[in-house]
Amino acid sequence: MKRSWFWLVPALSMLACVGAGAQEVKLDRWPSERGTNLEALQSGARTFVNYCLNCHGASLMRWNRLHDIGLDDKQIKAFLIFGNQRVTDTMTVAMHPRDAKEWFGKAPPDLSVIVRARNTVEYAGTDYIYTLLRGFYRDRSTQTGWNNVVYANIAMPNIFWERQGPREATLTRIEYQDIPPPDGKGPPRQRLVQTVSQFDASGNVVLNRTELDQGEAGFAYGFKPADPKAAAAVDAQVADLVGYLNWMSEPTATFRRQVGVWAIAFLVVFTGVGHWLNAVYWRDVR
Amino acid sequence: MGLHPTQYKGLLGWIDARMPSLMIAFRTHMLEYYAPKNFNVWYFFGSFALMVLVIQLVSGILLAMHYKPDSNLAFWSVEFIMREVNGGWFIRYMHSTGASFFFIVVYLHMFRGLLYGSYRKPRELVWIVGCVIFLSLMAESFFGYLLPWGQMSFWGAQVIINLFDSIPLIGRDLSVWIRGDYVVGDATLNRFFSFHIVLVPLALIGLVVAHIFALHDVGSNNPDGIEIKDHTDANGRPLDSIPFHPYYTVHDLYGLGFFFTAYSAVLFFAPELGGVFLEGNNFIPADPFQTPTHIAPLWYFTPYYSILRATTSEFMIWLGLGTLFLGVLTYLRVRPGPWRLVVAVFTFVVFVLMTVPQVRLDPKLWGVILMALSTTVFALLPWLDQSPVKSMRYRPGWHKAVLGVFVTAFVVLGYLGINPPTPGRTLVAQVCAALYFGFFFLMPWWSRMGTFKPVPARVTFAAH
Repeated sequence: MKRSWFWLVPALSMLACVGAGAQEVKLDRWPSERGTNLEALQSGARTFVNYCLNCHGASLMRWNRLHDIGLDDKQIKAFLIFGNQRVTDTMTVAMHPRDAKEWFGKAPPDLSVIVRARNTVEYAGTDYIYTLLRGFYRDRSTQTGWNNVVYANIAMPNIFWERQGPREATLTRIEYQDIPPPDGKGPPRQRLVQTVSQFDASGNVVLNRTELDQGEAGFAYGFKPADPKAAAAVDAQVADLVGYLNWMSEPTATFRRQVGVWAIAFLVVFTGVGHWLNAVYWRDVR
Repeated sequence: MGLHPTQYKGLLGWIDARMPSLMIAFRTHMLEYYAPKNFNVWYFFGSFALMVLVIQLVSGILLAMHYKPDSNLAFWSVEFIMREVNGGWFIRYMHSTGASFFFIVVYLHMFRGLLYGSYRKPRELVWIVGCVIFLSLMAESFFGYLLPWGQMSFWGAQVIINLFDSIPLIGRDLSVWIRGDYVVGDATLNRFFSFHIVLVPLALIGLVVAHIFALHDVGSNNPDGIEIKDHTDANGRPLDSIPFHPYYTVHDLYGLGFFFTAYSAVLFFAPELGGVFLEGNNFIPADPFQTPTHIAPLWYFTPYYSILRATTSEFMIWLGLGTLFLGVLTYLRVRPGPWRLVVAVFTFVVFVLMTVPQVRLDPKLWGVILMALSTTVFALLPWLDQSPVKSMRYRPGWHKAVLGVFVTAFVVLGYLGINPPTPGRTLVAQVCAALYFGFFFLMPWWSRMGTFKPVPARVTFAAH
């Protein structure tokens, strides 16, 4: 009887979940073990420098910070820095933001903290970028000829297209639409409509619309690569790249966790001593 | 020779002979401050809050050495601290984690007050000063959140300052005056920096001192809600008390072990706490030309923000009816005379301003009023609570249920405020807002209902 109000807590909490919205696309999970593997991080750094750093800068990232993932100044200079930058410089790009805006419609964002910037309470930034970079498909209707399943009408083209090989894409979207009545009179009806868009490798699309009697609104997609091996290799390369981006967004993270272990260990001892001291002082209090 | 007589020797004696106030203060507030000996775990949170204040001051001073309050540099200077300053990441996370922990411990500290009636006579002033501290803390956090100059900083400030627009006549000018510009900009950033590091911390320190002075003048409440000063020994020392120092200093030191463990767990292993303590969007530099799809304040503001959002035009009729109901109840409660007329007129005016389409105030303005009310209504508790006993221990079991519903409504409002609104969620927020205000404004009636248990004369205490 005393605890009879407890049902109110779950009841109200369940009410809170009414109509909980989620990210439209189900994101693939980034293989997080790549984030702690030095070799993977180095390969990610190479991909970053070769593929991203032409348009995107990382203006908070100093070249010699790459020491932390096991590269020395010589390697950095020989394999990573193009042009006349020094290892103490930050990773900036020569492209002027104004030009970039003209070319792409939007200046490519700085990538120094991009993984953290894409974190939300619903999903991790690593998963988002991992899915985004592997989610390009040919679409003739866009400016660049590319489109993306995560970020519709993205200004960025598919940087891995040569290595990935041609891919066909199937996008299935189920949503409520207003359907005009067949006789053209009266108000439109809300119907669940499934739209399947099939993009061939050149970006030509075939649309297929059907009205559904039941089902749930949502979005799904699938790719059919011409060369599955090449596509899988790009998946692995992107996983390494995301690992690098993740590392770059907080290079001190590993050290932070190491310090944390010691801090917690100290605090356990501290609390133990506190417990003992407290017991000694309070022993005689009646 | 003009020296004061002293009982101390050495350096302390030398000082005490010249400045006795130091040891007098130490005796008054530590050695000879007699606290009830039956404090439980809820009584840790006051000293935790003091600890967080110290953490924030120290880490804040260190951050200010590298931070640049300039709209072109602010974002980058914070990341510069994270990457290039020795131990900078630690200082920054200390401050950002400390901000959230400040609210966690303060909310638990306030809950303790609700649980044991700590705001009741003679501690009204302790409670009111505490409520002012809470408001200052919210101001401090609001000003501080702009400083990293990320997207959430910028747009959060923009949204909140725009709320002043809804005030009739002066609103527009007022919000420009607050910003120092037509949009949140460099001028806003600089004045917020100044408020955040000078004005509000000074006020906070002063208020905390006042809070402790006021508390030590009347003495602490305890889980039994009994006045320990009613039973004293020959020297006037309460029988159920114990000197604060050394007993509660070691006790709090022990408690701080747990506090620092929780704090460090977040600081070192999850400083973002899944986007709740540090929001992802705030790692994007502020861009006045790109509005984020979803703007939410930090978690500790979201219950009030939810109340603001829940105040839609459809909700106004319910608010009006609620006011009417409350007005009738109050009218019947007040003795016949001029006050009855005041209640009747006030209720009528509020009802009209809420519901009659031709004259009603903008629902947005009502939302702002309700949000302001939801953060300040706590100060009325000493007079709203009419229960014959202080502590929840001796109140009817269903009073706990009422408190439980209030806490749940508060948490649900907080959860809803983090997430984007949907029609279903708005409805839930409206129900919770009604429960939130119902808890306070119906308290004069519900708090005296039910069967109360007999209150013992002396505190319940089991030796350790």
